[in-house]
Amino acid sequence: MVTTAAPEQTANVPRRGRRSPLASVALHATLVVASVIAVFPVLWVFLTSLKPASYATTTDFFKETTFENYTNLLRDTPFLTWFGNSLLIAGLTTLLGVFVAATTGYAVSRFRFPGKRGLMWTLLVTQMFPVAVLIVPIYNIMAGLGLLNRSAGLVITYLTIAVPFCAWMMKGFFDTIPREIDESGMVDGLTPFGTFYRLILPLAKPGLAVTAFYSFITAWGEVAYASAFMVGDENLTLAGGLQKFVNQYGAQWGPMTAASVLIAVPAALVFLFAQRHLVTGMSAGAVKG
Amino acid sequence: MAVHTSQSVASAAGDDLARGRGRGTGKAPGGLRVSTRLRRGVSTHWYAWAMVAPVVAVIGVIIGYPLVRGIYLSLTNANERNVERSIGVNHLPATYEFVGLDNYADALTGDQFLGTLGWTLVWTVSCVSVTFALGLGLANILNRKIAGRSFYRMLLILPWAVPGFVSVFAWRFLYNEDRGFLNKLLAGGGIDAVPWLNDPTMAKFSVIAVNIWLGVPFMMVALLGGLQSIPGEMYEAAEMDGANAWQRFRNITLPGLRSVSTTVILLSTIWTFNMFPVIFLLTRGGPGEATQILVTQAYKFSFEISPRDYAQSSTWGVLILVLLMLFAAVYRRVLRKQGDTW
Repeated sequence: MVTTAAPEQTANVPRRGRRSPLASVALHATLVVASVIAVFPVLWVFLTSLKPASYATTTDFFKETTFENYTNLLRDTPFLTWFGNSLLIAGLTTLLGVFVAATTGYAVSRFRFPGKRGLMWTLLVTQMFPVAVLIVPIYNIMAGLGLLNRSAGLVITYLTIAVPFCAWMMKGFFDTIPREIDESGMVDGLTPFGTFYRLILPLAKPGLAVTAFYSFITAWGEVAYASAFMVGDENLTLAGGLQKFVNQYGAQWGPMTAASVLIAVPAALVFLFAQRHLVTGMSAGAVKG
Repeated sequence: MAVHTSQSVASAAGDDLARGRGRGTGKAPGGLRVSTRLRRGVSTHWYAWAMVAPVVAVIGVIIGYPLVRGIYLSLTNANERNVERSIGVNHLPATYEFVGLDNYADALTGDQFLGTLGWTLVWTVSCVSVTFALGLGLANILNRKIAGRSFYRMLLILPWAVPGFVSVFAWRFLYNEDRGFLNKLLAGGGIDAVPWLNDPTMAKFSVIAVNIWLGVPFMMVALLGGLQSIPGEMYEAAEMDGANAWQRFRNITLPGLRSVSTTVILLSTIWTFNMFPVIFLLTRGGPGEATQILVTQAYKFSFEISPRDYAQSSTWGVLILVLLMLFAAVYRRVLRKQGDTW
């Protein structure tokens, strides 16, 4: 119904003939099914978190709605400590990653210099690195330095992922800023560093924000290094902490679902705002390589 | 003003130098002496080099050094009992030995590596192809004028927005054999409980399904971006010439999506090949070793068995890296042969 009413004035939109009502129904049906599949697991965790823990595995959508899972989680488990650890580690990683990589993203986007090809290639290849190649040597080095089980050790480890990624992604964002701006800065007598700091950086703020956000999320959700390096309840990050609730000895779905909701909601909200820019930056960096 | 002129001259010279080096086979352009060229290079490029210096230093120290050490470990028989370590106040020096390529020979001739590699390939190919097909289909639907489009889009993106490890636990909750939602649903229809994660074959399907669920939103959003960059006039022209829907899809949409698709397929292949959290948190590679991919198996060697076998783990890690780089090189070459300047 909606489609048959499409007026002729929207000529700039590709007009592919009128869709029959049947085709419209089929399209909507496909989208509804896909959306249900996409949303259901997350929704189900949310609904379960509102049930008393003893009813966690019932199939009712609502059952004696209560917040006891949340209060128990915050009172009886080290969840807040894990949350703090994750926040600290992911925050530091992001800050250092963006700070270290920003000038490189700019230099690679603007200048031609000997070693540029090699650097670009390195930035690309390091993103292919499987965790398996670095985890053992880094583990041994951290053990030697006494940094195992310390936030600092995990931050340094995460920088191996964050630095190449941030540089690559920021190059993509800097590429979208017209070169004429650099030239005008040069004309006004700014050095390349001045141009970068006073003209380009303020313009690239949205790009920096998205890069920062994405590296934060990556560190927030990292599992392998966190599981291997951190032991003991008070040092775990969220990825390690959730494994305490669900393991080979049994599952405490009550606290697990409540913790999942508390971890996912802030991340998901920010993500939905940032995601449009996310793909732009990533594909721009990758395609124009 | 003076700064501007000197810099533009200098950068022009720098470009020449760079180009000359790119083509050059050791012949210095204009017969410049090496020291002169070096001095000129430093004076022209010092700011670019200064800008990249932090990243080069960081990569060298925290990636380069461990990488070299990892490659070295793969050539030794290092394990938990013979590496350098401290027990209480005693400091024990490393006693492992150099064994050459023995670890590689063992890995490549034994069943375990090749078997795991086989399943890793099945896992990667099926995940990437299904994810791509679903992403393309959904992107095509979302690219039409359809009521509630941005609402659907938001719902469909949700699996990407939730941190991966949280979603994996959500799926584990649904898959639970005795009391999970899926089996209760089946029981409601009179169907016996399915051992989603406890039967080797079922577990393979289950982990692939979860990874597809996680991967579709990224594909969809990236491909939707590609679709929106295809000019609408092309479709109008084709329609004018009498092309039907399939012909338009085949001859306009697919070629128009080419550059986006090649990038997302490459990225997605690399990510899936290395997808540690899905396997590790869903099945830990089990039942038995049925769903173990190369990365999780390498992790198991170094952190889950006793004594921890660092040498073998490093060997697998290096082999994974080599395989991925080979793949990227071949992929690039094939694309270039087909006339793409990627």
